[in-house]
Amino acid sequence: MEVGQMQRRLVDYTKSLFMEGFLDAQFLQLQQLQDESNPDFVVEVVSLFFDDSEKLLNDLTMALDQPSVDFKKVDAHVHQLKGSSSSIGAQRVKNACIAFRSFCEEQNIDATLRCLQQVKQEYYLVKNKLETMLRLEQQIVAAGGSIPMIELGF
Amino acid sequence: MEVAGEVLASESQLHVLAVDDSHVDRKVIEKLLKISSCKVTTVESGARALQFLGLDEEKGSLGFNGLKVNLIMTDYSMPGMTGYELLKKIKRSSAFREIPVVIMSSENILTRIDSCLEEGAEEFLVKPVKLSDVKRVMNDCIMRGETEGNNRRRVDKRKFEDDNHASSSSSSSSSIPSSPSSPLPSSPSTAATSSPLHSLKRAKLRDDN
Repeated sequence: MEVGQMQRRLVDYTKSLFMEGFLDAQFLQLQQLQDESNPDFVVEVVSLFFDDSEKLLNDLTMALDQPSVDFKKVDAHVHQLKGSSSSIGAQRVKNACIAFRSFCEEQNIDATLRCLQQVKQEYYLVKNKLETMLRLEQQIVAAGGSIPMIELGF
Repeated sequence: MEVAGEVLASESQLHVLAVDDSHVDRKVIEKLLKISSCKVTTVESGARALQFLGLDEEKGSLGFNGLKVNLIMTDYSMPGMTGYELLKKIKRSSAFREIPVVIMSSENILTRIDSCLEEGAEEFLVKPVKLSDVKRVMNDCIMRGETEGNNRRRVDKRKFEDDNHASSSSSSSSSIPSSPSSPLPSSPSTAATSSPLHSLKRAKLRDDN
Protein backbone atom coordinates (compact mmCIF):
# COMPACT_ATOMS: atom_id res chain seq x y z
CA MET A 1 0.00 0.00 0.00
CA GLU A 2 1.42 3.38 -0.89
CA VAL A 3 1.71 6.27 1.50
CA GLY A 4 -1.22 8.30 0.18
CA GLN A 5 -3.54 5.34 0.58
CA MET A 6 -2.29 4.68 4.08
CA GLN A 7 -2.81 8.31 5.00
CA ARG A 8 -6.37 8.27 3.72
CA ARG A 9 -7.04 5.08 5.62
CA LEU A 10 -5.68 6.65 8.79
CA VAL A 11 -7.77 9.78 8.38
CA ASP A 12 -10.94 7.75 7.82
CA TYR A 13 -10.18 5.50 10.75
CA THR A 14 -9.42 8.36 13.10
CA LYS A 15 -12.53 10.25 12.04
CA SER A 16 -14.66 7.20 12.72
CA LEU A 17 -13.30 7.03 16.27
CA PHE A 18 -14.53 10.58 16.84
CA MET A 19 -17.85 9.97 15.13
CA GLU A 20 -18.50 6.87 17.20
CA GLY A 21 -17.68 8.72 20.39
CA PHE A 22 -14.61 6.73 21.35
CA LEU A 23 -12.51 9.86 21.32
CA ASP A 24 -13.37 13.48 21.96
CA ALA A 25 -11.79 16.90 21.44
CA GLN A 26 -9.26 16.37 24.21
CA PHE A 27 -7.53 13.73 22.09
CA LEU A 28 -7.21 16.24 19.27
CA GLN A 29 -5.66 18.62 21.78
CA LEU A 30 -3.00 16.02 22.58
CA GLN A 31 -2.25 15.44 18.91
CA GLN A 32 -1.81 19.16 18.45
CA LEU A 33 0.72 19.23 21.28
CA GLN A 34 2.95 16.73 19.51
CA ASP A 35 5.83 18.22 17.56
CA GLU A 36 9.30 17.41 16.21
CA SER A 37 10.89 17.91 19.60
CA ASN A 38 8.61 15.23 21.02
CA PRO A 39 7.27 13.12 18.13
CA ASP A 40 6.19 10.30 20.44
CA PHE A 41 4.19 12.41 22.83
CA VAL A 42 0.81 10.88 21.99
CA VAL A 43 2.18 7.35 22.11
CA GLU A 44 3.74 8.07 25.49
CA VAL A 45 0.62 9.55 27.01
CA VAL A 46 -1.54 6.77 25.64
CA SER A 47 0.88 4.15 27.03
CA LEU A 48 0.69 5.80 30.43
CA PHE A 49 -3.07 5.69 30.17
CA PHE A 50 -2.99 1.97 29.38
CA ASP A 51 -0.68 1.24 32.31
CA ASP A 52 -2.69 3.33 34.76
CA SER A 53 -6.01 1.95 33.58
CA GLU A 54 -5.02 -1.67 33.77
CA LYS A 55 -3.82 -1.22 37.30
CA LEU A 56 -7.01 0.60 38.26
CA LEU A 57 -9.20 -2.05 36.67
CA ASN A 58 -7.35 -4.71 38.66
CA ASP A 59 -7.76 -2.70 41.85
CA LEU A 60 -11.44 -2.26 41.09
CA THR A 61 -11.96 -5.95 40.45
CA MET A 62 -10.33 -6.77 43.77
CA ALA A 63 -12.19 -4.09 45.67
CA LEU A 64 -15.56 -5.28 44.38
CA ASP A 65 -14.65 -8.85 45.16
CA GLN A 66 -14.36 -8.25 48.88
CA PRO A 67 -16.94 -9.76 51.24
CA SER A 68 -17.61 -6.27 52.49
CA VAL A 69 -17.13 -3.73 49.74
CA ASP A 70 -15.49 -0.43 50.59
CA PHE A 71 -17.40 1.84 48.23
CA LYS A 72 -15.31 4.87 49.12
CA LYS A 73 -12.27 3.05 47.86
CA VAL A 74 -14.08 1.86 44.75
CA ASP A 75 -15.23 5.40 44.08
CA ALA A 76 -11.70 6.73 44.50
CA HIS A 77 -10.40 4.30 41.89
CA VAL A 78 -13.21 5.15 39.47
CA HIS A 79 -12.56 8.83 40.01
CA GLN A 80 -8.94 8.32 39.00
CA LEU A 81 -9.90 6.34 35.94
CA LYS A 82 -12.43 8.97 34.99
CA GLY A 83 -9.74 11.61 35.31
CA SER A 84 -7.17 9.95 33.14
CA SER A 85 -9.64 8.87 30.49
CA SER A 86 -10.92 12.42 30.37
CA SER A 87 -7.40 13.78 30.04
CA ILE A 88 -6.66 11.73 26.97
CA GLY A 89 -10.10 12.09 25.43
CA ALA A 90 -11.31 8.52 25.90
CA GLN A 91 -14.89 9.67 26.02
CA ARG A 92 -16.77 6.41 26.33
CA VAL A 93 -14.56 5.21 29.15
CA LYS A 94 -15.07 8.52 30.91
CA ASN A 95 -18.84 8.31 30.53
CA ALA A 96 -18.87 4.75 31.82
CA CYS A 97 -16.96 5.99 34.87
CA ILE A 98 -19.48 8.74 35.48
CA ALA A 99 -22.30 6.20 35.59
CA PHE A 100 -20.18 3.94 37.77
CA ARG A 101 -19.67 6.68 40.34
CA SER A 102 -23.37 7.31 40.75
CA PHE A 103 -23.89 3.65 41.61
CA CYS A 104 -21.01 3.78 44.05
CA GLU A 105 -22.85 6.55 45.80
CA GLU A 106 -25.87 4.31 46.08
CA GLN A 107 -23.63 1.49 47.32
CA ASN A 108 -25.38 -0.80 44.88
CA ILE A 109 -23.22 -3.90 44.55
CA ASP A 110 -24.99 -5.45 41.57
CA ALA A 111 -25.06 -2.25 39.59
CA THR A 112 -21.41 -1.48 40.36
CA LEU A 113 -20.37 -4.93 39.21
CA ARG A 114 -22.21 -4.33 35.96
CA CYS A 115 -20.53 -0.94 35.68
CA LEU A 116 -17.15 -2.53 36.11
CA GLN A 117 -17.90 -4.85 33.22
CA GLN A 118 -19.04 -1.90 31.16
CA VAL A 119 -15.92 0.13 31.92
CA LYS A 120 -13.69 -2.83 31.12
CA GLN A 121 -15.46 -3.32 27.83
CA GLU A 122 -15.12 0.32 26.87
CA TYR A 123 -11.52 0.37 27.94
CA TYR A 124 -10.54 -2.66 25.87
CA LEU A 125 -12.43 -1.30 22.89
CA VAL A 126 -10.66 2.04 22.97
CA LYS A 127 -7.34 0.39 23.68
CA ASN A 128 -7.74 -1.75 20.62
CA LYS A 129 -8.74 1.18 18.47
CA LEU A 130 -5.94 3.43 19.69
CA GLU A 131 -3.40 0.68 19.07
CA THR A 132 -4.74 0.20 15.57
CA MET A 133 -4.59 3.92 14.90
CA LEU A 134 -1.07 4.28 16.28
CA ARG A 135 0.06 1.29 14.25
CA LEU A 136 -1.27 2.91 11.08
CA GLU A 137 0.64 6.06 11.99
CA GLN A 138 3.84 4.07 12.53
CA GLN A 139 3.46 2.42 9.13
CA ILE A 140 3.08 5.78 7.45
CA VAL A 141 6.14 7.20 9.16
CA ALA A 142 8.14 4.06 8.37
CA ALA A 143 7.22 4.47 4.72
CA GLY A 144 8.55 8.03 4.81
CA GLY A 145 5.18 9.76 4.97
CA SER A 146 3.88 12.30 7.45
CA ILE A 147 0.87 11.98 9.69
CA PRO A 148 -2.03 14.08 8.41
CA MET A 149 -3.65 16.45 10.89
CA ILE A 150 -7.32 15.76 11.45
CA GLU A 151 -9.63 18.72 11.07
CA LEU A 152 -12.98 18.25 12.69
CA GLY A 153 -15.73 20.77 13.05
CA PHE A 154 -16.65 20.64 16.69
CA MET B 1 18.80 39.11 34.23
CA GLU B 2 20.30 36.24 36.15
CA VAL B 3 21.71 36.32 39.61
CA ALA B 4 24.00 33.51 40.73
CA GLY B 5 22.00 30.72 42.31
CA GLU B 6 18.63 32.20 41.48
CA VAL B 7 16.90 32.50 38.16
CA LEU B 8 14.47 35.39 38.15
CA ALA B 9 11.29 35.12 36.17
CA SER B 10 11.51 36.63 32.76
CA GLU B 11 8.47 36.84 30.59
CA SER B 12 9.37 33.79 28.59
CA GLN B 13 10.71 31.53 31.32
CA LEU B 14 8.31 31.13 34.17
CA HIS B 15 9.19 28.18 36.36
CA VAL B 16 6.06 26.26 37.12
CA LEU B 17 5.67 23.58 39.76
CA ALA B 18 2.89 21.19 38.73
CA VAL B 19 1.39 18.89 41.32
CA ASP B 20 -0.82 15.95 40.35
CA ASP B 21 -1.12 12.38 41.53
CA SER B 22 -2.11 11.20 38.04
CA HIS B 23 0.77 10.15 35.85
CA VAL B 24 -1.19 10.90 32.71
CA ASP B 25 -2.12 14.37 33.90
CA ARG B 26 1.45 15.18 34.93
CA LYS B 27 2.63 14.30 31.47
CA VAL B 28 -0.03 16.38 29.80
CA ILE B 29 0.39 19.46 31.99
CA GLU B 30 4.15 19.26 31.57
CA LYS B 31 3.74 19.32 27.81
CA LEU B 32 1.21 22.15 27.91
CA LEU B 33 3.59 24.21 30.03
CA LYS B 34 6.68 23.44 27.97
CA ILE B 35 4.87 24.41 24.81
CA SER B 36 4.03 27.66 26.58
CA SER B 37 7.77 28.25 27.11
CA CYS B 38 7.85 27.47 30.80
CA LYS B 39 10.36 25.56 32.81
CA VAL B 40 8.44 22.76 34.48
CA THR B 41 8.90 20.63 37.55
CA THR B 42 6.27 17.98 38.18
CA VAL B 43 5.67 16.25 41.50
CA GLU B 44 3.10 13.69 42.49
CA SER B 45 1.88 15.01 45.82
CA GLY B 46 1.44 18.02 48.03
CA ALA B 47 4.07 16.67 50.39
CA ARG B 48 6.60 16.44 47.56
CA ALA B 49 5.65 19.94 46.46
CA LEU B 50 6.38 21.32 49.92
CA GLN B 51 9.64 19.40 49.99
CA PHE B 52 10.62 20.85 46.64
CA LEU B 53 9.82 24.34 47.80
CA GLY B 54 11.78 23.74 50.95
CA LEU B 55 8.77 24.80 52.96
CA ASP B 56 9.36 22.20 55.61
CA GLU B 57 12.75 23.73 56.26
CA GLU B 58 11.86 27.33 55.50
CA LYS B 59 14.80 27.62 53.13
CA GLY B 60 13.02 29.95 50.77
CA SER B 61 11.42 29.28 47.42
CA LEU B 62 14.51 27.82 45.80
CA GLY B 63 13.92 24.27 44.67
CA PHE B 64 16.53 21.58 44.58
CA ASN B 65 18.09 22.96 41.45
CA GLY B 66 18.07 26.53 42.61
CA LEU B 67 15.19 27.66 40.42
CA LYS B 68 12.70 30.03 41.94
CA VAL B 69 9.13 28.87 41.51
CA ASN B 70 6.92 31.46 39.83
CA LEU B 71 3.66 29.56 39.72
CA ILE B 72 2.15 26.47 41.25
CA MET B 73 -0.51 24.47 39.46
CA THR B 74 -2.05 21.77 41.54
CA ASP B 75 -4.72 19.15 41.18
CA TYR B 76 -7.46 19.40 43.78
CA SER B 77 -8.24 15.76 44.56
CA MET B 78 -5.12 14.01 45.66
CA PRO B 79 -4.66 11.33 48.30
CA GLY B 80 -2.94 12.53 51.45
CA MET B 81 -2.79 16.30 51.09
CA THR B 82 -5.41 17.77 48.78
CA GLY B 83 -4.66 20.68 46.49
CA TYR B 84 -6.77 22.83 48.77
CA GLU B 85 -4.65 21.91 51.79
CA LEU B 86 -1.51 22.59 49.79
CA LEU B 87 -2.92 25.96 48.76
CA LYS B 88 -3.60 26.88 52.38
CA LYS B 89 -0.12 25.88 53.50
CA ILE B 90 1.42 27.98 50.77
CA LYS B 91 -0.72 31.02 51.40
CA ARG B 92 -0.07 30.85 55.13
CA SER B 93 3.67 30.71 54.64
CA SER B 94 5.52 34.01 54.74
CA ALA B 95 8.10 32.73 52.29
CA PHE B 96 5.71 31.51 49.63
CA ARG B 97 2.39 33.28 49.92
CA GLU B 98 3.21 35.51 46.99
CA ILE B 99 3.52 32.58 44.59
CA PRO B 100 0.32 32.35 42.54
CA VAL B 101 -1.47 29.03 42.90
CA VAL B 102 -3.85 27.64 40.30
CA ILE B 103 -6.15 24.77 41.19
CA MET B 104 -7.17 22.15 38.63
CA SER B 105 -10.13 19.87 39.18
CA SER B 106 -12.33 17.57 37.16
CA GLU B 107 -15.26 18.55 39.32
CA ASN B 108 -16.98 21.89 38.90
CA ILE B 109 -18.42 22.25 42.38
CA LEU B 110 -19.21 25.85 43.14
CA THR B 111 -18.49 25.67 46.86
CA ARG B 112 -15.16 24.08 46.07
CA ILE B 113 -14.29 26.81 43.61
CA ASP B 114 -15.30 29.51 46.07
CA SER B 115 -13.26 28.02 48.91
CA CYS B 116 -10.20 27.84 46.73
CA LEU B 117 -10.55 31.39 45.53
CA GLU B 118 -11.17 32.56 49.09
CA GLU B 119 -7.98 30.90 50.21
CA GLY B 120 -6.15 32.87 47.57
CA ALA B 121 -6.03 30.69 44.48
CA GLU B 122 -5.48 32.69 41.32
CA GLU B 123 -7.71 30.56 39.19
CA PHE B 124 -9.68 27.36 39.21
CA LEU B 125 -9.33 25.36 36.03
CA VAL B 126 -11.72 22.59 35.13
CA LYS B 127 -10.05 19.49 33.75
CA PRO B 128 -9.20 18.37 31.20
CA VAL B 129 -6.86 21.32 30.99
CA LYS B 130 -6.31 22.70 27.52
CA LEU B 131 -3.62 24.82 25.95
CA SER B 132 -5.92 27.85 25.95
CA ASP B 133 -6.30 27.50 29.74
CA VAL B 134 -2.56 27.40 30.24
CA LYS B 135 -2.01 30.37 27.96
CA ARG B 136 -4.58 32.38 29.84
CA VAL B 137 -2.94 31.52 33.16
CA MET B 138 0.45 32.55 31.75
CA ASN B 139 -0.94 35.87 30.57
CA ASP B 140 -2.56 36.48 33.94
CA CYS B 141 0.73 35.72 35.70
CA ILE B 142 2.66 38.09 33.52
CA MET B 143 0.07 40.80 33.99
CA ARG B 144 0.02 40.10 37.68
CA GLY B 145 3.77 40.48 37.81
CA GLU B 146 3.45 43.88 36.20
CA THR B 147 0.76 45.04 38.56
CA GLU B 148 2.14 43.48 41.71
CA GLY B 149 1.89 46.72 43.64
CA ASN B 150 -1.88 46.89 43.17
CA ASN B 151 -2.47 43.61 45.02
CA ARG B 152 -5.48 42.92 42.85
CA ARG B 153 -7.25 39.63 43.19
CA ARG B 154 -9.08 38.48 40.09
CA VAL B 155 -11.98 36.14 40.35
CA ASP B 156 -11.88 34.10 37.22
CA LYS B 157 -14.46 31.48 36.62
CA ARG B 158 -14.89 29.77 33.37
CA LYS B 159 -17.66 27.93 31.67
CA PHE B 160 -17.99 24.35 32.68
CA GLU B 161 -19.02 21.19 30.98
CA ASP B 162 -21.90 19.54 32.71
CA ASP B 163 -20.53 16.27 34.02
CA ASN B 164 -23.74 14.45 33.31
CA HIS B 165 -23.90 15.24 29.64
CA ALA B 166 -21.97 12.97 27.34
CA SER B 167 -21.06 15.94 25.30
CA SER B 168 -18.26 15.94 22.81
CA SER B 169 -18.08 19.67 22.44
CA SER B 170 -15.70 21.50 24.66
CA SER B 171 -17.86 24.50 25.45
CA SER B 172 -21.23 24.40 27.08
CA SER B 173 -23.81 27.08 27.05
CA SER B 174 -24.27 27.33 30.80
CA SER B 175 -22.07 29.60 32.80
CA ILE B 176 -21.49 29.68 36.51
CA PRO B 177 -22.55 33.01 37.94
CA SER B 178 -19.91 34.81 39.95
CA SER B 179 -20.58 34.96 43.66
CA PRO B 180 -20.16 38.50 44.86
CA SER B 181 -20.99 37.45 48.40
CA SER B 182 -17.89 35.38 48.98
CA PRO B 183 -15.52 37.45 51.09
CA LEU B 184 -12.15 37.70 49.43
CA PRO B 185 -9.14 38.79 51.43
CA SER B 186 -7.66 42.23 50.85
CA SER B 187 -9.42 43.00 47.63
CA PRO B 188 -11.11 46.21 46.73
CA SER B 189 -14.16 45.80 44.53
CA THR B 190 -13.59 42.31 43.31
CA ALA B 191 -13.49 41.51 39.68
CA ALA B 192 -16.67 39.57 40.31
CA THR B 193 -17.85 42.64 38.52
CA SER B 194 -15.98 40.84 35.89
CA SER B 195 -18.30 41.37 32.97
CA PRO B 196 -15.44 42.54 30.79
CA LEU B 197 -13.57 39.46 31.97
CA HIS B 198 -16.54 37.22 31.27
CA SER B 199 -16.98 38.46 27.76
CA LEU B 200 -13.25 38.13 27.22
CA LYS B 201 -13.44 34.51 28.32
CA ARG B 202 -16.44 33.84 26.11
CA ALA B 203 -14.59 35.24 23.18
CA LYS B 204 -11.63 33.07 24.05
CA LEU B 205 -13.79 29.98 24.29
CA ARG B 206 -15.21 30.66 20.88
CA ASP B 207 -11.68 30.88 19.55
CA ASP B 208 -10.78 27.56 21.13
CA ASN B 209 -12.22 25.46 18.38
